[in-house]
Amino acid sequence: MAVLRVCHLYPGELNIYADRGNIAVLRRRLEWRGHTLAVTEAGIGDPIPADHDLYYLGGGQDRDQLVVARDLPATKADALRSAMADGAVLLAVCGGFQLAGHGYTAVDGSRMPGIGVLDADTVAGPTRLIGDLVIEAELEGERRRVVGFENHAGRTTLGPGSVPLGRVVSGHGNNGTDGGEGAVTGRAIGTYLHGPLLPKNPWLADTVIRWGLEHAGGAAVTLDPLPDDLEESAHAAAAARAGVRR
Amino acid sequence: MTRTASLAIARTVGRLSRRLGRGGGTSAPGKVLLRMRPGAIEELAAGLPMGSLVISATNGKTTTARLVAACMGAEGWRVLGNPAGANLLSGVATALLDGSARRPRPQVGLFEVDEFALPEVARRLRPRVLVLMNLFRDQLDRYGELEAIADAWAAMVRDLPGDTVLVLNADDPAVAELGHGTTRRVVYFGIDDPSAALPELPHAADSTRCRHCAAPLAYDRVVLGHMGDWHCTACDRRRPAPDVRATRVTLDGTTGLDLEIATPDGPVSAPVAVPGMHNAYNATAAAAAAIALGIAPSRIGPALASADAAFGRAERVRVDGREAVLLLAKNPAGANVTVQTVLLDPDPLHLLVALNDRTADGHDVSWIWDVDYEPLLPRLERLTVTGDRAYDMALRFVYAGLDRERVTVLERPEAALDAALAALPDGRTLYVLPTYTAMLGLREVLVRRGAAEAFWHDS
Ligand SMILES: [Zn+2]
Repeated sequence: MAVLRVCHLYPGELNIYADRGNIAVLRRRLEWRGHTLAVTEAGIGDPIPADHDLYYLGGGQDRDQLVVARDLPATKADALRSAMADGAVLLAVCGGFQLAGHGYTAVDGSRMPGIGVLDADTVAGPTRLIGDLVIEAELEGERRRVVGFENHAGRTTLGPGSVPLGRVVSGHGNNGTDGGEGAVTGRAIGTYLHGPLLPKNPWLADTVIRWGLEHAGGAAVTLDPLPDDLEESAHAAAAARAGVRR
Repeated sequence: MTRTASLAIARTVGRLSRRLGRGGGTSAPGKVLLRMRPGAIEELAAGLPMGSLVISATNGKTTTARLVAACMGAEGWRVLGNPAGANLLSGVATALLDGSARRPRPQVGLFEVDEFALPEVARRLRPRVLVLMNLFRDQLDRYGELEAIADAWAAMVRDLPGDTVLVLNADDPAVAELGHGTTRRVVYFGIDDPSAALPELPHAADSTRCRHCAAPLAYDRVVLGHMGDWHCTACDRRRPAPDVRATRVTLDGTTGLDLEIATPDGPVSAPVAVPGMHNAYNATAAAAAAIALGIAPSRIGPALASADAAFGRAERVRVDGREAVLLLAKNPAGANVTVQTVLLDPDPLHLLVALNDRTADGHDVSWIWDVDYEPLLPRLERLTVTGDRAYDMALRFVYAGLDRERVTVLERPEAALDAALAALPDGRTLYVLPTYTAMLGLREVLVRRGAAEAFWHDS
């Protein structure tokens, strides 16, 4: 029985899209298989450990995100980069996705730097991209539908160091034009999908759990299947809302 | 087109949409009227000799309006109101249109207004009293961010006529800030009962940074959500001393509460027929509004005691020989107080939770993960979930730790209501927690079965 150590970054500032729902899913899906989740919460000014298995970065309101952007390089960026180099997992959602990239240029031209773990850069657009979002995601050669909701003003474009998490089936995605959604570099994932992300997408939840356990144990892991009837029904309802049927 | 012709056409639209059953025609006539006569609100509002009182907030508008209406009624004033759900510019215009045809003519306007529509409504209506109660996170996909509403309200307050009286919640930092440095009359209200304190800020607490300097706020006492006795940790901003303050709040289970309120004009004490700490805020806000209107405290108490619940807001109905209470829960803060209210019932709990994601509910259902449903789990005897996004709600409880075998999912609201009622033991109450459109749907079923009155009777 393993312990998955999660570092939840800025739970007080970056929590606008029910990010604690994602943490609850990690916890239960581990517990149902006899494993344990141990969460370290790190706020403004707190240094973070570099030896955790999974780092979680959520989204916040503009002002909170600015406070976080000032704090990240001072207290956390170095440890995060070294954890990524060591094969730890990063899950970064909405504002967290933007901060995990190179940075965010606001409407007034001011620049909020990111940590550059993902090769992604974001510029504020004239409108918010809001609505149901369905993508066909691809991780380790496996393709699955992932559903959620997006609400972001930023237009994100990727460089050669990242690939999109998936292709937009319905919705806007990274920028509303190139058909890409999210970014993946190694085991770091950024995405605009919330709703929250993990409850209705058990495949994605189990992928990051598996990666985290592999980091913890240093060996390949196979997860026992779980009864996902309610999860699949919620997934189907969200896809139907976006006008996508099975 | 002449004013008379415009009014006549708009009224015809009202009669037609009522006949077609489209929400009782509470918005369409106003929309038509404003297209023909953009200045109609200003013109018609001038026909109210005592002016208007406007109420806005994320939560509690409808209940507070009902309590204020009772105070106005006790004074013998003829009140013109807008029905809940018709709280945009078009709804206010429709109400004014209806009022202009009423004989004898209404004397005073009482409007509950959507927080996003408020600046435009206030600019046109030039209210005599403006009651601002709270700002919570709500329907993010529609409103953008909380800060933007607070900014829009601040700009609105700067442009209001100098004689508009502000009634502000001292306990909500973003609302209280609106009165800072103003020369106009402000009546602050708040809850000052030391026993009404939570051990800590709940998860869904918003606005915990200073509106003036962005430093974190500290609380000597948290009453509900982010409301309480607050001060900034960096600058001089702190909770203003309330003029109208609830000095004793006694919660009477899920049926009501008892209040003692101190006001500059004397004490008010009243039992109120709506339960929970959020309704203590609503009743205190209503008392403060009545004080701002010059109503005597001796009249306010009995008026508050005489008001019953607004539709869907702690509304108690008997259906098929069983008792159910409808508790609208449309955002994290509102759902949290609903959960706390339900927990006041000492019996094992029977719950029906209905989640829709239509425009009036917000298309993004992620907010349910910000609600603290966890305290319900050890008290739950039976949970039924329903609505467009019933499975999302089922997952919310399953990942909170409820065994998935114990959740009954029935997507059709009527089937879910029947199943939940059938499983209810004698003498118990079914608590129904719906989002806005889910509440309307369930109420339609109740109206059909003679258990509740139709929506447009309620204004
Ligand atoms: Zn301050």
